[in-house]
Amino acid sequence: MNWLIGAVLFLILAPIAGGLIAGIDRKITARMQGRVGPPLLQPFYDVGKLFEKERAVVTTAQNFYVLAYLIFIALSGALFFAGGDLLLTVFAFTLAHVFLVLGAYAVHSPYSHIGAERELIQVMAYEPMIILAAVGLYMVSGSFYVTEIAATTVPAILYLPGVFLGFAVILTIKLRKSPFDISTSHHAHQEIVKGITTEFSGSTLAQVEIAHWYENVFLLGFVFLFFAWNPVIGIVAVAITYLAEIFVDNVTARARWQAALKSGWLATLLGIVNLAILSYMMLGGA
Amino acid sequence: MQTLLFLIVFPILVACLLLFVKRTTLRYAVVALSALAIGGASIYLLIRYAFEGAVYFAAPSGAIDLAMVAIEMGLALFIIYMGAKFKNYLAIVLAVVQAALVVYLEMTFSGSLHAVNNLFIDQFSIIMALIIGIIGSLIAVYAVRYMETYHHHHPEVRDRQTFFFFVIFVFLAAMFGLVFSNNLMWLFFFWEITTISSFLLIGYSETGEATKNAFRALVMNLLGGVAFVVALILLAATEPTSGGIELSRVLASPDAAVVLIPAVLIGFAGITKAALMPFSSWLLGAMVAPTPVSALLHSSTMVKAGVYILVRFSPVFAGTFAGLSIGLVGGVTFLVASAIAISQSDAKSVLAYSTIANLGLIAACAGVGTYMLVWAAILLIVFHAVAKSLLFLGTGAIEHRTGSRDIEDMEGLIVRMPKMAVMMFIGIAGMFLAPFGMLISKWAAIEAFVQVPFGLIFIAILAYGSAVTVFFWAKWMGKLVTVTRNTERVEKGFFEESWAPLYIITGLVIAAVLLFPVISSILIEPYVLAIYGVTAHLADANVAIMLLMIALLLVLPVSFLLFKRTARHLPAYMGGRPATPDLHFAGSLGMTREAQTRNYYLTEYFGEAKLFRPGATVCIVLILVSWALAGVAL
Repeated sequence: MNWLIGAVLFLILAPIAGGLIAGIDRKITARMQGRVGPPLLQPFYDVGKLFEKERAVVTTAQNFYVLAYLIFIALSGALFFAGGDLLLTVFAFTLAHVFLVLGAYAVHSPYSHIGAERELIQVMAYEPMIILAAVGLYMVSGSFYVTEIAATTVPAILYLPGVFLGFAVILTIKLRKSPFDISTSHHAHQEIVKGITTEFSGSTLAQVEIAHWYENVFLLGFVFLFFAWNPVIGIVAVAITYLAEIFVDNVTARARWQAALKSGWLATLLGIVNLAILSYMMLGGA
Repeated sequence: MQTLLFLIVFPILVACLLLFVKRTTLRYAVVALSALAIGGASIYLLIRYAFEGAVYFAAPSGAIDLAMVAIEMGLALFIIYMGAKFKNYLAIVLAVVQAALVVYLEMTFSGSLHAVNNLFIDQFSIIMALIIGIIGSLIAVYAVRYMETYHHHHPEVRDRQTFFFFVIFVFLAAMFGLVFSNNLMWLFFFWEITTISSFLLIGYSETGEATKNAFRALVMNLLGGVAFVVALILLAATEPTSGGIELSRVLASPDAAVVLIPAVLIGFAGITKAALMPFSSWLLGAMVAPTPVSALLHSSTMVKAGVYILVRFSPVFAGTFAGLSIGLVGGVTFLVASAIAISQSDAKSVLAYSTIANLGLIAACAGVGTYMLVWAAILLIVFHAVAKSLLFLGTGAIEHRTGSRDIEDMEGLIVRMPKMAVMMFIGIAGMFLAPFGMLISKWAAIEAFVQVPFGLIFIAILAYGSAVTVFFWAKWMGKLVTVTRNTERVEKGFFEESWAPLYIITGLVIAAVLLFPVISSILIEPYVLAIYGVTAHLADANVAIMLLMIALLLVLPVSFLLFKRTARHLPAYMGGRPATPDLHFAGSLGMTREAQTRNYYLTEYFGEAKLFRPGATVCIVLILVSWALAGVAL
């Protein structure tokens, strides 16, 4: 029954945790820039306000795709926290993003079209690394199931430093942070037109935000797996990783899509080298 | 055995009958009825033999063997004639070499050319028969109306429809023969028939380009054919240890090293037929043929014969470096072809490259050849056949209606041809999205490669390869679902009868997705169990999750009703300019301008010119390495 509890807890708590993380993120970002920053609960106020906006669309179909995006992001996170198969989770996660992209295509608008293309390039940039991270965790723990990976007593990070670094790089893409926030930027001062989400408004945009909260919690859960042998270290490591991402976000300017794609793929190469050494060691040792 | 013989002989009889049918309506009736008979017989085959394991039949040989050799010689003469007519001397040389080798084989080893059981059926053959019998014959039905319209659109092409349908049915018969043959001589005979059939179909329009491409396909497949005969000679020469020309005995041969060289040679024939790199160009050239031919070549015939033979021989490849090398040819092909697909905007070339990529993946699984990988390979064959045939037929229908098969021109198809767009959407989803078929197989392949030595190479290939796959499919899907304004709906009045095969194949794609646990447990798992003694299957929990995902996908469209409530419609954002819903905006000087959206093709990174050569070179080296390694093993 544990799996069901994990899934339900994720579905209920992840938006709250995700929103809080976003609030903390904005606070820290502000401090790094010498500002006071908004209240901690500002993300919730923002999303709440979005729900009160007038319903306006370019085409009704867009709402359908965004809803599908939200549902499948939540589903992949729930699968993850239920302890399910990591590869299946990753593929469900990709499916969710394809829905977001289709939503942007459906509206037939120049800005969201460019955003959709860039989002797809980002998917292409990060997907290999996510798959390799799953494979790396399998090599250490002997299972693709999150329950078993989490229960392992082996400190995965010691075997997978390259994989972890690679994962940290694509995490920047996934958290939509600079320098890889090419398909949508969350900084109003940089851009008014927000790429893939340009044409989403009101409650639909709120759904995109909530999906992003779900997504972030899922991704941090993924980071935790590298340190799962010791939960305390794990939580500290997750916090430090996230802080590092905020820092990178604040000290870099946006890269072009070419750079994003190359970075993602080079990071993957780092992961491959790591795994090659690991498998050589395992074969040699055995 | 009657059903097997029926499936081989009946299409030939239909083919001969169709030579004399000139009227389209009559032809439609004949083809549709034969399709029903052939499809029905393949389903009967499933019901009759699905639970019996491998069953062997001592079909009469003697006279048949002689007839086959005679026909092979006739075909060689035909190739020589055609080669002389079109001045393609390479084809002549290969045909002569092959014929000479066949004669040598017959003269020198006539004693060891007899198989006890000439025909057989097992679960894998049943799967192939269903693909050929159902999808192949549906394509034939579709082709009747398509060809009629084709000749309206192309008055310059000589109307040889009777001949066209003759070849199509001969092709189907040959494919049945190929998958039921336990006698490798028979298998080779049918193998050659498929080569000739594809040659004739690709060259159908008789233009210079078509003829050139037809010869390219012929030459490449003849190369494979020559390797096949050499393999037969080796097998016949080492009959006591290798098992001679009986497929089942070769696969069960106690001396694996002896059969490895023939297996690698037959594998090479498979590589040429399955259009893996460096031979992929023939399949791309085959696009000049009418669309049903492409659909047939890609989904149920030709290239499936190539991967069929590779998967058949995978127990021999398993655990050898030669097999690993063949697997790498597949892996490299998968990666390079997927990447090139990004740079293509012609729908048929995207489909062609994705076929090549998927066949590469199947070959990668077959070459490494562990039980889990063979399971994944067969699942890939099934899903690829259904989804790809749907996509090709759909593309053909769209091209007929809109006059273009460029993906950019499919923008807003959901508005212009909603039914067609939904079918294409389902087909594309079947090609790359979770929880659909191809993805299940990729996922299984990753899990399997993790457990084999050097599997990491394949995992890296799969990781990059599936990421680029997402890119080119998703942007095509995006074009289909774009809701364009002020565009006319052009779906109605489209030649009605041709929809039927499309609907049925769409149903098959959905059925395959929903029933894959059943397909796996009835057909694939028992086959793998019979060959390897262990079998693969997905964990029940994962199957449940995938079914949950499918249920969600099916329920989601209901949410469209939610959005029917009034929402204000606004034009797209155009940098603050006053705009209209159909992407026109007020430019400077009072001019109204139109904005257009086009996809990225990233040619400088993924262009054919950039990637084909390196990919082909690596594959050539790997093929040579596989031969060398097979030699070393001996």
